[in-house]
Amino acid sequence: ARSNTAFGRSLLALLGGGKLDEEAWEDVEDTLIASDLGVEAATQLVDKLKQRVSAEGTTDEETMRGWLREDLIELIDPSMDRRISSRRLEDRPAVLLVVGVNGTGKTTTVGKLARVMVAEERKVLLGAADTFRAAAADQLQTWGARVGVDTIRSDKEGADPAAVAFDAVKAGQESDADVVIIDTAGRLHNKANLMDELGKIKRVIEKRSPIDEVLLVLDATTGQNGLKQAEVFAQVVNVTGIVLTKLDGTAKGGIVVGVQRQLGVPVKLVGLGEGPDDLAPFDPATFVDALLD
Amino acid sequence: MFNNLSDRLTLTFKNLRSKGRVTDSDINATIRDIRVALLDADVSLPVVRAFTSRVRERALGAEVHEALNPGQQVVKIVNDELVEILGGQTRPIRLAKQPPTVIMLAGLQGSGKTTLAGKLGYWLKQQGHTPMLVAADLQRPNAVTQLEVVGERAGVPVFAPERGNVAGYDAAVEYGSGTRGYGDPITVARQGVAEAQRQQRDVVIVDTAGRLAIDTELMQQAADIRSAIEPDEVLFVVDAMIGQAAVDTAVAFSDGVDFTGVVLSKLDGDARGGAALSIAHVTGRPIMFASTGEQTKDFEVFHPDRMASRILDMGDVLTLIEQA
Ligand SMILES: Nc1nc2c(ncn2[C@@H]2O[C@H](COP(=O)(O)OP(=O)(O)OP(=O)(O)O)[C@@H](O)[C@H]2O)c(=O)[nH]1
Ligand SMILES: Nc1nc2c(ncn2[C@@H]2O[C@H](COP(=O)(O)OP(=O)(O)OP(=O)(O)O)[C@@H](O)[C@H]2O)c(=O)[nH]1
Ligand SMILES: [Mg+2]
Ligand SMILES: [Mg+2]
Repeated sequence: ARSNTAFGRSLLALLGGGKLDEEAWEDVEDTLIASDLGVEAATQLVDKLKQRVSAEGTTDEETMRGWLREDLIELIDPSMDRRISSRRLEDRPAVLLVVGVNGTGKTTTVGKLARVMVAEERKVLLGAADTFRAAAADQLQTWGARVGVDTIRSDKEGADPAAVAFDAVKAGQESDADVVIIDTAGRLHNKANLMDELGKIKRVIEKRSPIDEVLLVLDATTGQNGLKQAEVFAQVVNVTGIVLTKLDGTAKGGIVVGVQRQLGVPVKLVGLGEGPDDLAPFDPATFVDALLD
Repeated sequence: MFNNLSDRLTLTFKNLRSKGRVTDSDINATIRDIRVALLDADVSLPVVRAFTSRVRERALGAEVHEALNPGQQVVKIVNDELVEILGGQTRPIRLAKQPPTVIMLAGLQGSGKTTLAGKLGYWLKQQGHTPMLVAADLQRPNAVTQLEVVGERAGVPVFAPERGNVAGYDAAVEYGSGTRGYGDPITVARQGVAEAQRQQRDVVIVDTAGRLAIDTELMQQAADIRSAIEPDEVLFVVDAMIGQAAVDTAVAFSDGVDFTGVVLSKLDGDARGGAALSIAHVTGRPIMFASTGEQTKDFEVFHPDRMASRILDMGDVLTLIEQA
């Protein structure tokens, strides 16, 4: 609501002064920057708005706001397909791989996704391919137990994550599951060895089954570093969708606008809390309204 | 293209030098470059504003106009101001006169608190202390198990009277936002300090659940833990990748638990880490440590000068100053 006022105030100042006041425009730009949209994108949006305002000579704040909203929604491209694969295909389970940097909410998202799919009466199996972080497999297994699905894991700390992923996919196939969701360890994109390990997990799974969905989990509080994360993860595994978590906090998650454009893959889901039901489909209009709010 | 500030400034001042004299509009152009560089590094807007206006004020003064090398002078001002904000108050951990020293960890979800508990425990143990960890996150699935493993890796005992959120247990408390509590973290924290006293351990580190800045209920819980254990240090653990939310978050935790120091985590990544500047600027609390990896030993004392050149992406500032 704070930035909402800023938006209103700046546009009013801009109109009240009867001329296009640079400072007022800067305030509008700041609203966008404060949402982690990035300076470049914010500047481009404001320049476009400026041009349109001067070309069409409007003085109505609501109209201007509407134009900005339109431009943002266009950037996010509502026409993209945001569905998640969760059905058996050609007599095999769908395979989902969940990746991202440390602590973004991968394991939680796997748990929530399982919950949604169970509610749709799918048979779900989880694979704990984070064999590295303390109690990561236990965390996933607890999620599994709470939503009523089994977890394939290794009891050996530091086991080969690719082998666990492979076993999970194999178990899914043998038990006629509809979908197998593989949780992976958080890893920073600038660590070559860890990214190689992720590449290996992907290749080993593919010996057994195609991968239908690779979800990159981004934390809404992430700033401009999100772009680099997305770039590198997309190079190593073929990212097919983005999950934006922790949108229940103050952060707006504006970084995904750039990420989506850069990767050409849609944001598919948003995380809205720590509970099993706190997962929602990404809705461009809702997202943009929150961004401008 | 000029991808970092040092390139941009070098160019600006190369042009200047050919003119022989610095005008106010030259300075303003420079300030705009600095603004963009700081925003690209995720320094929060209000802090960027305050910072650039301070730099502008100094840059418009005689020290730049009369300098033989104005570019050099502006860079120096920027760097000095950054280091001052980042490191004005660096200090070691405050130890209690009457042991045990109580250290409470707080922060957003996934920021690196539990991992830090192990690192801090290990680090203190190396220095001859006898730390103990307390598992007061009864909310995240298997947070207690995680701390136990972390403690084992660090060779530091863990006090965990409650299992917390594990399969087979039912939630005791429902918080907002889908979060559920599986026991009373305030009691656990209090018992932990008593246990440390009984075992004559000289430092006790209390791990708490992650919570959002706007979650008033959970923030109150953190405040209640604080009052129950009266910590000597409350460390706010924050992810170096955080963007514009840094200020809101830091202010909320400052109001909520009145933290005494900051730990920047995941500094082994390639985020520029502008949040360091934002948080130090708005809260005035010292950044004490850097967490630099997932292993127990990936932990160091914070270096303000390194952080300043990281935020500005300036590499070696001195080299630049020689070129300017
Ligand atoms: N408020 C909020 N918290 C979330 C959300 N998603 C995850 N979390 C919390 O964020 C923290 C980290 O979540 P995890 O699922 O363990 O993250 P991760 O990516 O698996 O972490 P690593 O495996 O350690 O890299 C936990 O405390 C979760 O409860 C969300 O949408 N909103
Ligand atoms: N690369 C790197 N990873 C880190 C660092 N500190 C923590 N992590 C990782 O970040 C993730 C989250 O760390 P945790 O210690 O579980 O974070 P937390 O704040 O306790 O999380 P919650 O209890 O869910 O709020 C884990 O995957 C850690 O291994 C660090 O300095 N560098
Ligand atoms: Mg995980
Ligand atoms: Mg924790």
